[in-house]
Amino acid sequence: MSEHHTAEDIKKHVRVYINVFVALMALTIITVGISYLHLSVVPAIILALVVATIKGSLVASYFMHLISEKKMIFAALILTGIFFIVLMALPVLYYGDRFY
Amino acid sequence: MQIPYTVHPRPDTGLFNAKLGVWLFLASEVMLFGALFSSYVLLREGALTWPHGYEILNIPLATLNTVVLISSSITMVMAWASLKLNDFAKYKRYIGSTVLLGFGFLIIKSFEYGAKFSHGIGPGDSTFLAIYFTLTGLHGLHVIGGMIVNGYLWGPGSKMWQSDPERLTNRIEVAGLYWHFVDLVWIFLFPVLYLL
Repeated sequence: MSEHHTAEDIKKHVRVYINVFVALMALTIITVGISYLHLSVVPAIILALVVATIKGSLVASYFMHLISEKKMIFAALILTGIFFIVLMALPVLYYGDRFY
Repeated sequence: MQIPYTVHPRPDTGLFNAKLGVWLFLASEVMLFGALFSSYVLLREGALTWPHGYEILNIPLATLNTVVLISSSITMVMAWASLKLNDFAKYKRYIGSTVLLGFGFLIIKSFEYGAKFSHGIGPGDSTFLAIYFTLTGLHGLHVIGGMIVNGYLWGPGSKMWQSDPERLTNRIEVAGLYWHFVDLVWIFLFPVLYLL
């Protein structure tokens, strides 16, 4: 986030933070609500991860200011994202090889 | 020698040094927790049976903890905003609330752990419990680490407001980045361990 903010800018940010907070609370209720539907494993995992990803994106974008961050940080995060995907693909590749 | 670029951004990165440093640290943290999430998938896929978290764990307590941690994230970002608005008294209240909410999270977590241990249930009893205690334990250690830093910035560290207010504001911003990351990890841990 840019280091130069006017008081008016910050007050606008504060309103956004409060809206994000309300959205996070609502999404938490939705997350718990979905679990009470007792869906089968695959749709339950997909829905839970979609809601968690929306919540995580809100935290990263607004509380961590990623929405207005510098290129250098995105470069580091893209690299991290690639390695993270590889890490999460490892168990899938392992069992894919074993069963098929 | 003075540490360079603690207040003003470095011309080549456009960032003050601590911010880039903390983001790189968080990148390493993504890989640490990513390795454990990957292990969770591997163990779950390889298990003949896997319990639903809600059959073993306490959903209302974990939901309450989610609310507590999200609340601590907003107080953290409000602490930073208060410094930007030159309102030091509000900053003290918000950063103090963040520490207290972190403490509340740990107390609730200790009730959860205590209930398990009092029934003789521990990490050695099943693969699910092993990964549950490992992930939540590591996350809990991160909460403690964040509370120590935030506690310092609430107490002795806040004296910097008199000598170098912009530097303190930047410190709060990067401490906040770490704290929000801890919140973000919990946002994924909660459904993965408790609700699926």
